[in-house]
Amino acid sequence: MLQKRNLFLNSLAKLKSWEGFLLFLLAVIFIINSQQTSAYLSVQNQINLFILSIEKIIVVLTMTFLIINAEIDLSAPSIMGLAACLMAWLYTQGVPLPLALAICLLVGVLCGLFNGLWIAYANLSSLVVTLAMLICYRGLARVFLEDKSIGGFPEWFNLLGQKPLIGPFPLAMIVFFVLLVIAVVILQYSGFGRHVFVIGNNAEVARYSGVRVKRVKMLLYVASGFVSALAGLLFAARLGAVRGDTALGFELDIITMVLLGGVSIFGGSGSLFGVFLSILIVLNLRNGMSLANLTGHLQTGVIGALLIFSVLAPNIFAQVRAAFRRRRVAAARDEAC
Amino acid sequence: MKRLLSMTSPERVRELILILLIVLVSLFFSSQIPNYFNARFFNRVSTSVAITAVIAIGQTLVFLTRNFDLSVGSIVGFTAYFVGQQLTRNNDIPPALAVLMAVGIGVVMGAINGVIISYGRVPSIITTIGTLAVYRTLLIEFSDAQTVLTAKLPKWVVDLPRVNIISFGDLDIRLVVGIMLLVVVIFQFVLTYLPFGRRLYAIGSNPEAARNAGFPSQQIVFIAFVLSGALSGLAGFLFLARFGNVTVVAGQGLEFASIAAIVVGGVSNNGGSGTVFGALLGAIMIDLLENSLIRWLAISEFWRDAILGMLILLAVASDKLVLSKLRSIWTRSELQITDETVVEKQEAEHHVAKA
Repeated sequence: MLQKRNLFLNSLAKLKSWEGFLLFLLAVIFIINSQQTSAYLSVQNQINLFILSIEKIIVVLTMTFLIINAEIDLSAPSIMGLAACLMAWLYTQGVPLPLALAICLLVGVLCGLFNGLWIAYANLSSLVVTLAMLICYRGLARVFLEDKSIGGFPEWFNLLGQKPLIGPFPLAMIVFFVLLVIAVVILQYSGFGRHVFVIGNNAEVARYSGVRVKRVKMLLYVASGFVSALAGLLFAARLGAVRGDTALGFELDIITMVLLGGVSIFGGSGSLFGVFLSILIVLNLRNGMSLANLTGHLQTGVIGALLIFSVLAPNIFAQVRAAFRRRRVAAARDEAC
Repeated sequence: MKRLLSMTSPERVRELILILLIVLVSLFFSSQIPNYFNARFFNRVSTSVAITAVIAIGQTLVFLTRNFDLSVGSIVGFTAYFVGQQLTRNNDIPPALAVLMAVGIGVVMGAINGVIISYGRVPSIITTIGTLAVYRTLLIEFSDAQTVLTAKLPKWVVDLPRVNIISFGDLDIRLVVGIMLLVVVIFQFVLTYLPFGRRLYAIGSNPEAARNAGFPSQQIVFIAFVLSGALSGLAGFLFLARFGNVTVVAGQGLEFASIAAIVVGGVSNNGGSGTVFGALLGAIMIDLLENSLIRWLAISEFWRDAILGMLILLAVASDKLVLSKLRSIWTRSELQITDETVVEKQEAEHHVAKA
C-alpha cells in the first residue's frame, strides 16, 4: 500500500517537473487557440499540423538520441536536402525512381557514416564536424541542382506524399508513428538505450564499464543519416518539387523541439514523452500564430526565443531553488544556535 | 635544430604552411584562368576579406573561450540595414555617427548574447542559433520588405569602398582594408599582451583551472561576446558601404564563413590556441577560393560550399593529428634542453665537491 502511494506520489512529482510544465503550456496554447476559431480543435486540423512539419518531426527522433548521447547532428537538414536533390537529379538523368530512392537512402547512410567516423573514431568535436558537413552536404545538394527547381515526378510518388494512406494518415505520418514506437522501445526499454544514457552522462565512465562507446555513437550517426535522408525524400514527395534550398534552416526547429522537450544539451537525460509534448507545443504554437495573422518570419523568431527560453528557464529554476535551499539551511542553522 | 625550434612555435609553423598554401592555390588558379591576377581581382578579394576578417576576429575572441557566435550574420545584416535606412532618410548624418551607430547596435546585440550565455548559463550554440533567428526576424519586421538602395545613400558611403590609402602600381590598398588591418593589429596586441587577452586563452585551455585561479570567467566571456557583436556591427557598416543595396537576406551565411576562416586559420575551440593573424590568413584563404571558383569555368561555382565544408573538416582533422605531433616534438626538445642543463649543473656541483 505504502509502495503504491509512493509510486503515485512519484508520478505526481514527475508532473510537477518539466513535463508537467509542458502539459500546462500546451493547455494554455490549446485554450487560446480554440478561442480564435472553432475549427482549431478538430482532429483533421491536428493531423494537418503534423503533415505540415512531419519531416522535421521525424528527424527530431534521431536528434533526441544524439543529444541524450551528448552529441549533436547539425548536418541533418543538409542530408535531407542532399537526398532530395540527388533523387531529383537522378530522376532527370533517366534513373528509374525506385532505384533513385534506394540510392538516396544509401547516400544518407554514407553521410551518417562519414560524420560518425570523424566524431567517434577521430575524436573530433561533433559540433565542428557537423557544422562543416552542414555546409558541405548543402553545397553538394546545390552542385546537383544548381539554381534550378525540379518537379514532375511520377504520379504515384506525389500521391505517396500527399494522399491519406490508412484512414486520414498519409505515409509520412505512419512512418513517424512507427519510428516513434521503435524509438521509445529502444531508448526506454533496451540495453542499447541504457548505453545511450550512460554515455551521455559520462563517456569515460561508460568506456571503463565496458560500453562500446564508439560503436554506439557510430550507430546513432548512421541512423541519423538514414532517417534524415528518408525525411528528405518524404519532403520531396509532399512538395512535388525540389530545390537546392530544400530543408534549409530546419536545424532551428528540430533542435528547439528536442531541447524544449526537456532533453539536456549536456546529455544524459531526457524522455521521448517530453519530446512528443514539445512537438505538440511547437506545432500548435505555430498554428496559433498563423491564426493570429503573424507572418512566417515572425514565427521563426518566436521559435528562436523559445529555444533559448527552453534552456534558460530550467537554469533559472535551478538557481532559484538552490538559493531557497541555502536560505532554509541558514535559517535552520540560526534556529539551532 | 634546437635553436631553430626555440625560435618558433607549432602555431608559427602552421601559419607558415597556410601562407604557402595560399600561394600554391593562387599559382594553381593562375595556371587555369587566363589573366587571373589583375588589379581588379586583387581589389575585389581584398575588400571581401576586409568584411570576413573583421567578423572572424570577433569570432576568434569567442571561439578561444570554447564558445560559438552563430548570430554574427544576422547582426551584420541588421546593422547594415538599419544604418543604411537612417542614412537614406537623413543624408546629413556625419560618418563618425554612422559608424558609431553600427558598432552600438552590434554591442547591444552582442551583450544580449553574452548575458544569456555567461549569466544565464545557456550553451552558446543554443543561444546564438536562437538569436540568429530572432535578430533576422527583427530585421524583416523592421524593414517592411523594403530595400536600402544605393541611389539614395549619401555620396560618401557609396564612394567609401573606392577610397585608396596607398597604391602600388595598379594594386590599391583601400581604406576598408586599412580599417581591417587596424582591427587586426589592435586585437593581435590585445590577445598577446593584455591580461584580458591572456585570460581568454586561459579559459579556453582549462575552464576549471581558470575559475579556480579566480578569473572572473563569466565577465570575460560576456565581454568576448560584446566585442564579437561590436566587430559584427562594424562589419555591417563595411557591408553597407561595399554593396550599397541591402536586402533582408544581407549577411546570411557569414556565420559559417567566419567559422570556416578561423578554423582554417588554426584557432581551436578546445585548446585555447590560435591568433588573430591566423584568422586573417584563414579569411584570405576562404575569400581567395570563393572568388577564384567563381571565375574558374572548368567546374560550377556551386562547388564552393562543398569545398568550404571539406576544408573546415580537413583543417580541424589535420590540427588534431598533425599539430599534436608538432607540439610533442617541441615539448620533447624543451625537455632535452632542461635535461642537459640539469646534467651540467650536476657536473658543476661534482667539480665543486671534488675541489
